Amino acid sequence: MTQYRVLPGPEHFLPPSAASMGIYLPNPGEAHINGVIVPEEKAYEEAARQFLMAQVPTIFPGPLVLWAWNEKAAKKAAAVRSLYETLKECVQPGQKPMLIPMPDYRPKYPKINPEVEINPNHPNLTIWHNKIDCCMFIGVHCHQANLSLKIIRGGTSCYTVAMCAQAGHEDAMLSFRDATVEKILKLGEWIRKLKGTVKPRLAAAKTGASN
Amino acid sequence: MAETKSHIGTQNKKGQTYTDPWKMLNEAPRKPSFYTGSEVIKEAIRRASCDVMIAYPITPQSEAAALIGELFAEGYIGDYFRGESEFAVMSQCAGAAFGGARVFTTTAGPGTMRAMENFPMWAGARLPIQMIVTCRGINSPLSIQPDTLEIAYLLNTGMLVWHAETAQDFFDWILKGYMVSEEPDVHLPLALCCDGFFVTHTKDVVNLTPTDMCLPPYDPYRSPVPCMDMECPPVRMMRDPFVMKSNYISYATHASWQQEVWAAVERSRKHTIHWLDGLIDTENADAEVMIVASGTAVSQGREAIRLLEDEGVRCGLVKVKSLRPWPAEEICEATKNAKHIFVPEFNVTGWLAKEIKATIPNSERVHAGPHVCGGMTMPPEIIVSEIKTALGLRSESLAGRGS
Repeated sequence: MTQYRVLPGPEHFLPPSAASMGIYLPNPGEAHINGVIVPEEKAYEEAARQFLMAQVPTIFPGPLVLWAWNEKAAKKAAAVRSLYETLKECVQPGQKPMLIPMPDYRPKYPKINPEVEINPNHPNLTIWHNKIDCCMFIGVHCHQANLSLKIIRGGTSCYTVAMCAQAGHEDAMLSFRDATVEKILKLGEWIRKLKGTVKPRLAAAKTGASN
Repeated sequence: MAETKSHIGTQNKKGQTYTDPWKMLNEAPRKPSFYTGSEVIKEAIRRASCDVMIAYPITPQSEAAALIGELFAEGYIGDYFRGESEFAVMSQCAGAAFGGARVFTTTAGPGTMRAMENFPMWAGARLPIQMIVTCRGINSPLSIQPDTLEIAYLLNTGMLVWHAETAQDFFDWILKGYMVSEEPDVHLPLALCCDGFFVTHTKDVVNLTPTDMCLPPYDPYRSPVPCMDMECPPVRMMRDPFVMKSNYISYATHASWQQEVWAAVERSRKHTIHWLDGLIDTENADAEVMIVASGTAVSQGREAIRLLEDEGVRCGLVKVKSLRPWPAEEICEATKNAKHIFVPEFNVTGWLAKEIKATIPNSERVHAGPHVCGGMTMPPEIIVSEIKTALGLRSESLAGRGS
């Protein structure tokens, strides 16, 4: 039987959870790309490459970095902001980096404005409305992140990255684990390192919108 | 997510030292003690840094619940009270877990059934509550003697389900259970089952860890869902209930939520293997005749193997420790050489045999039985008799031994 791979969608009306298809989470020091375990260093490069290729690379920060509930959260929020600034500096004309918050999981549908925030229960709206083709989740509670990542995989062609502070996410196309301020900043360093070496997809490319 | 301060090396108010769980369970000196299973439950909870225990009397778990009340009186448990019914107890456990407490409770037979609605709710809310199920009869005519029928119902709740064979398993697995169920990628409730009376009300030598060591406290900030507060209680997720709608995204959310629970069961696999040293244990795995069992049927299976060896029949054994996650690959591997697979069970439906038949190739090899359907122990002789009959060997009539 062919090994299941976690690839950009749209996969299915309701894709299976990657964990149920035999995808395992990485151990410390590792990451996964498309469900294949790799050394963490390789994942930095690939995540940076995906961001620089994307037409609308987007960071989705969640409550665990948006709410200054402890000192580390505040430092992570500053690191996320730095990562976003780096991304803006490194993209080419025509690319449109975005930072879209996920401050609150409580349902707002149909009142959610997907242009300004993302909700884990209908993340595809935000992906579709903004034509996002690569995004990264950070500071999102693991359960809510898994829901969102799977729905995105099911209904859009967006490439998803998870920067998880715990064990990682199988339903992302690329997942880090044990995220720290240093790891967030290191991703920014990789983006800067690859600046100008990656050809963006730009207008000719397929967008995140798939409906 | 949170990186909170480690408590390891510090002391709780009872003077116990919060100890690295792996060192406590695998490296600390053990003291042999002659205890009943119920007393063993108490001793495990003494070392488990539980915040809340909620009790309701039903045989055969009442004694364990009462003994943990003593722990509360001694100051080892943060809170302890009796609920109004099993349903109330399980709801109250959910409330405590939503609030960020490490929760423990015990139940049995009809009590498990009465509370059943709560168990998929626990799993769906990702609450790492530990519940001891001291199995007993549930179907009429009632019996307070051991049966394992309630396990069949628990298998589809989204809970982790382990089935202990001995009091030693019980002691270790209560403590290890919290380590697995509280992992952020798991964070599911655990039903730790045993065959009531045979484990709870008989004495055995159990090797206990030092009383002055205990598990680190639960860290609710590692939960995969937000801790409850007045701004964002998890139950608020139903304020605008997506399940009440019939559009695509409402469906996708609810379906994905359910899938995520079962994904978490899968994620528990590597942690369970780590802590329980595998999901199964095997003996004579190359034998052509295998017994696959869980709970005390494993012990009876071992005795049956000894009796069969005396008669020149070589037989192997698979002890299924974890039912959820289900050890599909392990059972396939352990039974690959078997021509005959016998599944002795303490229940009338043969749920374990059904699970095994659905797992392995050439499932006609599986003989579902013998069954004692609760109410008595399983004499190893009836396992021997079942095997010999299936192999075409002459078997002595058990009835002929009469009293």
